[in-house]
Amino acid sequence: MYSEKVMDHFTNPRNVGELENFSGVGEVGNPACGDIMRISLFVEDNIIKDVKFKTFGCGAAIATSSMVTEMVKGKSIEEALTITNKAVAKALDGLPPLKMHCSNLAADALHKAINNYQEKMIS
Amino acid sequence: MRRIYLDHSATTSVKPEVAEIMLEHLIQKYGNPSSVHSFGREAKKGLERARDQVAALINAQPEEIVFTSGGTEADNMAIIGVANKYSKRGKHIITSAVEHHAVLHTCEVLEKKGFKVTLLPVDEYGIIRMDDLRKALTPETILITIMHANNEVGSIQPIEEIGTLAREKGIIFHTDAVQSLGKIPVDVRKMNIDLLTGSGHKIYGPKGVGFLYVKKGIKLEPLVFGGGQENKYRAGTENIPGIVGLGKAMELAGEEMNTEMTRLAKLRDCLIKGLQQRISNVTLNGHPILRVPTNVNLSFEFVEGESMLLSLDMKGIAASSGSACTTGSLDPSHVLLAMGLCHEVAHGSIRMTLGHENTEEDIQYVLEVFPAIVERLRNMSPLYQEKRKECAECTLKK
Repeated sequence: MYSEKVMDHFTNPRNVGELENFSGVGEVGNPACGDIMRISLFVEDNIIKDVKFKTFGCGAAIATSSMVTEMVKGKSIEEALTITNKAVAKALDGLPPLKMHCSNLAADALHKAINNYQEKMIS
Repeated sequence: MRRIYLDHSATTSVKPEVAEIMLEHLIQKYGNPSSVHSFGREAKKGLERARDQVAALINAQPEEIVFTSGGTEADNMAIIGVANKYSKRGKHIITSAVEHHAVLHTCEVLEKKGFKVTLLPVDEYGIIRMDDLRKALTPETILITIMHANNEVGSIQPIEEIGTLAREKGIIFHTDAVQSLGKIPVDVRKMNIDLLTGSGHKIYGPKGVGFLYVKKGIKLEPLVFGGGQENKYRAGTENIPGIVGLGKAMELAGEEMNTEMTRLAKLRDCLIKGLQQRISNVTLNGHPILRVPTNVNLSFEFVEGESMLLSLDMKGIAASSGSACTTGSLDPSHVLLAMGLCHEVAHGSIRMTLGHENTEEDIQYVLEVFPAIVERLRNMSPLYQEKRKECAECTLKK
């Protein structure tokens, strides 16, 4: 039911962990619905230099988290903000229909982390 | 790659002896049992032998067995059949929160048609309390339908007590015994059961065939009308290959039950203990003793079920889970939630159901590969991270 790309990212997830000196961190989901994603970013000169994730969830939740970290590394904040959940799913060659709604939250977690970074910059 | 099947409560393989008799009735004895000629007569012979075999396993009379397309149809036939036949007497049905969807959804349909349905709660092990049942009874109650063994956690309900109470009150008692037949003794006389559902493919018979035991004297409104087969309870030419396969499977199950179930109970306990010893924060779902010998259901905290299933599958191990991903909805298993598990623990449940092919070596292999799977996923899990922080803080405080 999952694409090869999903299985690849599930089996060998990229950028697992949490940055110690992060510029921003974002978390979405809740344990009740079975998915939690936490993304931490390190930003320098408006570029996302490093990114890591931790996810509690199904195969799709882990694969989308891994994929979004790969998509965003080296990108500017503005570029990163244009990444959508849909784009993440597309980069994984699609997800089963049910998973599009429940486990496709990685871009939301990314945006939350960016917002957190931006808020910190302002204050 | 080594493949280990631990999903026998989903379905089983067909035993060679079963396949053999099915093939015979597909290729040689293919007559229609309603026909007068010799072809019809030999098909009829197979049909009636199967009826004897099924009846023998549950201590019923052969004429009390109605063959169906499976467990789901038998559940529907029992519940809707009683509701339609006895609605003048009352419109109240009692069932439990942990029933199979074949029962729950059927009751929901009746609710929409004006019946009142009481869903009995269960205790932490998934077992109903007799007091709750007694309190739920009303003069309007026409049917109690409570499963024998639960398909997810394997817990065994106090069927004999329920049957005795129902008999005393003159209420019809149906039980779905799909997960208990061939695993623990079932005796419809001793247990005072009026209607009982069974299925072929959970006990090494074919898919697409099951039966409903209908105690003599109980009347049902049929669901299917036509040629009057199965004593007018279920019209349509009988699925003879399926039925003879079911009969043979039931016979073998009865013969092998004692030795096979003693063997599997040992493997089950070895698997439960082994995983709990090797992995932290693993809890057993269901009753430790009042459970079928084939069922293991464990929650691995801080990880989600589907990701464990995928990882196990990559190691050749076939299991199932009560996580939302595998229930096809956003909610995890209704059984685990009814038992009072919180959502995240229910999401982390894995069911492994043992059977015929499983050996001690299989269990050893599972015990070897499982810890690394959980560890990998926990290292990815933000919940586990928090848990470890909490523990560290606790230790510091001490």
